[in-house]
Amino acid sequence: MDGAQRAQVCFLPDGRRLHLQDGPIDLIIEAAGAPVVVEAAYRAAATRFRLVLNELCAELPGLRTPATPRPRPFRGPVARRMEAAVAPYAADAFITPMAAVAGGVADEILAAMRSAAGDSLARVCVNNGGDIALHLAPGEATTIGLVSRPDRPALFARARLAAGDRIGGIATSGAPGRSFSLGIADAVTILASCAAEADAAATVVANAVDLPGDPRVERRPAWNLQPDSDLGDRLVTRAVAPLDPESIATALDRGLVAARSLVARGMIVAAALHLQGVTRIASADSGLMALEARDDVTMLRERLDA
Amino acid sequence: MSHEQVEAETDDKVRCDACPVTCYIRRGMAGACDRYANRDGKLVRVDPHVLLERTMERGGSVVPFSRNASEWAGAILPEDSVFVTAIGAGTTYPDYKPAPFIVSSEVDGVDMVTVVTEGIFSYCGVKVKVDTDRYLGPEQATVRSEGEAVGHVTTGEYGSQMLSLGGVHHLTGGSKKEGRVTCDALLNLSNRRPVELTVDGGVTILVEAGASPIINGVREERMRVGCGSATIGMFAKQWLGHVDEVVVVDDHITGVLSEHQAGKLLDIPPTGVKMKGRRSTPGRYFQVAEPGTGWGGTNISDPLSILGPFNPKEARPGLTMLMVSTTGEHYGFYRLDEALRPIESELPEPLRLSVERIQENCEPALSTVMFMGGAGGSLRAGVTENPVRLTRSVKDALTRVTCGGAPAYVWPGGGITFMVDVTRLPANSFGYVPTPALVAPIEFTMRLSDYAALGGHMDHVRPLSALTQGDARHVRQIDGNPWPVRPSERLKA
Repeated sequence: MDGAQRAQVCFLPDGRRLHLQDGPIDLIIEAAGAPVVVEAAYRAAATRFRLVLNELCAELPGLRTPATPRPRPFRGPVARRMEAAVAPYAADAFITPMAAVAGGVADEILAAMRSAAGDSLARVCVNNGGDIALHLAPGEATTIGLVSRPDRPALFARARLAAGDRIGGIATSGAPGRSFSLGIADAVTILASCAAEADAAATVVANAVDLPGDPRVERRPAWNLQPDSDLGDRLVTRAVAPLDPESIATALDRGLVAARSLVARGMIVAAALHLQGVTRIASADSGLMALEARDDVTMLRERLDA
Repeated sequence: MSHEQVEAETDDKVRCDACPVTCYIRRGMAGACDRYANRDGKLVRVDPHVLLERTMERGGSVVPFSRNASEWAGAILPEDSVFVTAIGAGTTYPDYKPAPFIVSSEVDGVDMVTVVTEGIFSYCGVKVKVDTDRYLGPEQATVRSEGEAVGHVTTGEYGSQMLSLGGVHHLTGGSKKEGRVTCDALLNLSNRRPVELTVDGGVTILVEAGASPIINGVREERMRVGCGSATIGMFAKQWLGHVDEVVVVDDHITGVLSEHQAGKLLDIPPTGVKMKGRRSTPGRYFQVAEPGTGWGGTNISDPLSILGPFNPKEARPGLTMLMVSTTGEHYGFYRLDEALRPIESELPEPLRLSVERIQENCEPALSTVMFMGGAGGSLRAGVTENPVRLTRSVKDALTRVTCGGAPAYVWPGGGITFMVDVTRLPANSFGYVPTPALVAPIEFTMRLSDYAALGGHMDHVRPLSALTQGDARHVRQIDGNPWPVRPSERLKA
């Protein structure tokens, strides 16, 4: 069956946000601008979306094998975005393009919308299950709330983003999420130039937040949970018992080293790492992310929608 | 369904063909989309499962189960017109696991979440209100089904007899058979099927929610219009000038027109009628006969048996008297002969009209069944990690409790003990487990932010649009039920 028949395309009841769903992909898209421009952008998003899952699945076996420092020539544009985003990490660690699949899809849809609507869109947010591709026209700004664990919703940090910040992607990875993590972070949120790069970096940094061999961390081979996981027999985190402050600091410091290195190499703009109530931030621009300690769940919706 | 749900080390993997990802799914796990899962080696949606469709029409039909994707491709129901009931949702075990469905939707601009689960209720029962003045049996008498004690007769209410059936003592406190029979009776009554009950020292009664009770083989058609005294008060003026005396026969309070305050105010003279029983206040008599299934809920078939001889100082030959029951089903018209004995004769036209008026004012007699259950600590844990906060949220009216989409009355005081009219639920909403216990749907609806605040399982919240496709059973909203997810002023506040 082709994606044109299978995909769901509809507006949320607010009549403002577009919901696209196909197989495991769920996108919530919000565009701001002149109505005629927004409509054209939404049409382009839906048209492009219908083909995305089939394209990805056609190259799925290759996308599930480890990347190499030199990007492989995938045919699909989304697959190429994924491979490009993970290739910089391939020399140092195990990583497959699947680490950037959510971000890659979000970027692709955002690109389709921008090419259909030209430069007249004020603001676009393509949210793929919490991995977000973002476009801000000059003069536009937005605020992003960071939630450590959706089941304990409190903002641990807030990022104020403006057009000049060159941030086009926001992604979060962590052990409690839908996909598997090798690390124990509750959440690692990355701001980067596109969603695929943020997605890949979030996976890498979240994997680095870890206490190797610690008995308080329950791990299982990935294939034992999902037979066709790209992680094979690698141990993925299932549960983390409450940790003492020293262990939390140790684990976060490991992640922070990785995050700072990515910031220094210009691969990401900022990272916020969260584990059991403790937050660490690595940022090129110290004013970009502000730590929050308030109980505010208004931004939560963006992640729950997907 | 979530990744947590399995720990079974089996090898019955299935290949999902719902989309081209074709996930290889282990037993008890869900695929990448969380929409399809491997249940006991078979690919299933986490359905089928009843979605209530909001509509002004009644009697809508059921959309059959279908996995044919083309039938639902592109279709989505507006969020404010679908409510996910707990019927068929299943339960989770052990209890701390999140409820099977936690669904978010936006209604009137407010983000709402409904936590949907089927509760297993060991503490549950039904309260049956039987609209009749007939005597069903003594208060506290045991009520039986298939010979087993399943409940008891409780206090009489206005125009009705109350039965209290089930409860933890009959379900789990007696013999194994008592528990099983009680569970059967509760299940059948809750699913609106007729159940025959016998009352120790009383009647055999066929009870069916929303239908007339059948008492000792006779269908009870109407409720009484009021007690005998109330009936005098209501119709005194209509009798004036057409008859000298009226006696309204009633098991509770038999009324006598000429002695009653209503008669006095109309200057109706004394008639010398002499009532048996105990006089309460003028014109109002208790215990004129034994309770029974005869006239007005008494055991009499001859109304004259409740009268003594007329007082010759006040009575006169030719004096007329109407005797009527509180439902108008029984009546007789009498004229005193020379010896002041009442002789039955034909009912005059104006009095026939008044008897018909009494009948007309009697509402149809029904058996009504209220399911009553308590959502205990265990069920609440599927909603939130901190169960008492759910209770508080319900008490504070921040969370609305519905049962299969039907409004539930939550008792004040501790816990979440609720009652629901079983006729307000879609058919066959109740199930059972052999524990024995009843399985009843229960939904908790609140603002998304309130759900977060009470420690809800936020990572299990999914949008309604993810559920409205595919195999769910859609039923029309039952006429008269308020829409469960519309935020009330309190919920909006």
